[in-house]
Amino acid sequence: MVRIKFQQNLDDLKERLLVMAGMAEQAIQRAIEAYRTRDLSICELVLRSEPAINRLEREIDQLALDLLAMEQPTAIDLRFILSVIRINADLERVGDQAVNIAVRVKEMGSYANVDLPVDIPKLASLAATMVRKALQAFIEADATLAESVLKMDDQVDDMNDAAFDTLSQLIKDKPELTPPSLNALIIARNLERVGDHATNIAEDVIFWVRGADVRHNMSST
Amino acid sequence: MGVDIRVENLNAWYGSTHTLQDINLHMPANHATALIGPSGCGKSTFVRCLNRMHETNPIARATGVVKMGGLDVYKDASPVEIRRRIGMVFQRPNPFPTMSIYDNVASGLKLNGFRNKKVLDEVVERSLVQSALWEEVKDDLKKKSGASLSGGQQQRLCIARALAVDPEVLLMDEPASALDPVSTSKIEDLIFQLKSQYTIVIVTHNMQQAARVAENTGFFLNGKMVEFDSTHKIFTNPSDKRTEDYITGRFG
Repeated sequence: MVRIKFQQNLDDLKERLLVMAGMAEQAIQRAIEAYRTRDLSICELVLRSEPAINRLEREIDQLALDLLAMEQPTAIDLRFILSVIRINADLERVGDQAVNIAVRVKEMGSYANVDLPVDIPKLASLAATMVRKALQAFIEADATLAESVLKMDDQVDDMNDAAFDTLSQLIKDKPELTPPSLNALIIARNLERVGDHATNIAEDVIFWVRGADVRHNMSST
Repeated sequence: MGVDIRVENLNAWYGSTHTLQDINLHMPANHATALIGPSGCGKSTFVRCLNRMHETNPIARATGVVKMGGLDVYKDASPVEIRRRIGMVFQRPNPFPTMSIYDNVASGLKLNGFRNKKVLDEVVERSLVQSALWEEVKDDLKKKSGASLSGGQQQRLCIARALAVDPEVLLMDEPASALDPVSTSKIEDLIFQLKSQYTIVIVTHNMQQAARVAENTGFFLNGKMVEFDSTHKIFTNPSDKRTEDYITGRFG
């Protein structure tokens, strides 16, 4: 006997998480676009999207909690719900990082645009690709695609480290560029965190699909 | 203390129906092993083969090896001796309805010829304490009949009766399926405590019960054991798709 209502609820949970994913991904894309164009109106869009993301995070958590309490799921269903709870938290934090970036871009708008020797758009593109691939892996239950996301994280970390070194040196050499450099440094750090959240999401997809816990470079099942 | 149970190439039949096919597994001593599977899958037949209850049916037969500790259940002892060493508790509590609580517990010993009142008193008290019933019945041991107790109490009385003859293994065939949640919880607590002294095999349709009480779980389907593993593995990441489909409610 298939548990029809339970299956419907699982489908509902997945659909809501996909809506959440769409909102978080859009927020980070907009924040990156705002940085690239210095368009403060886009920053406002990002800031305005945060309450909806937070609200949906709570709704998804509540539904997941209800299913755990009422249905006592096991095996792949249990792993799916646990993964949804974790991915939900990571998506909310991706939204937070988007807000942090938007706040920085707004601040950068208060002084003249300077050309900094760091490729923030490239770092942003890489982090956004990680998020997109991690979510695609979730949609398609594709653990192999999720693994490819894990491999990208080192690149993002390296770029963030390089940005830190470059901007630190720039602050020493040209103290007058400290405000924009600090903002760029914080944005690079925000994007590195986005990459970390995408990594977490990919790890959760692997856990859901294969039952393997690969967090912290562990390969135990 | 409990002993381990090793089953090798166990096959069982009812008439021409091959109800158990090539079952092999090892149940460690002082562990609880849960057996799950849809109705008719063979799990009850399996436990009845462990204590030779299966052969009480004239059309039933079994082949293979069941070892309890070093003892070959089918070669080294009589069915009566095996059933003393492997106690059994059934789905429906089945106390002797007209016997007192005391006599219910002492019945197995009396059948085996024990008459020493002091010894019987000690065994009855110890068994009722072990089955967590002593405090509830100690003042009415000889005044009340087994049938006067609630369903949950009757089941614990049956457990006390099984423990009184000092078994090494306790087989429980859906012991809580006819009980309310509070009584079920008491039985599960009991299983948890009894593991230190006995090896327990429990057949259950309640997935969560299996997950709560047993270290290992076996999944039976159509007379075969599809998967046997740690309960943690079975309920979080089973190896066989059929196990997963069953425990997630997709069939069965």
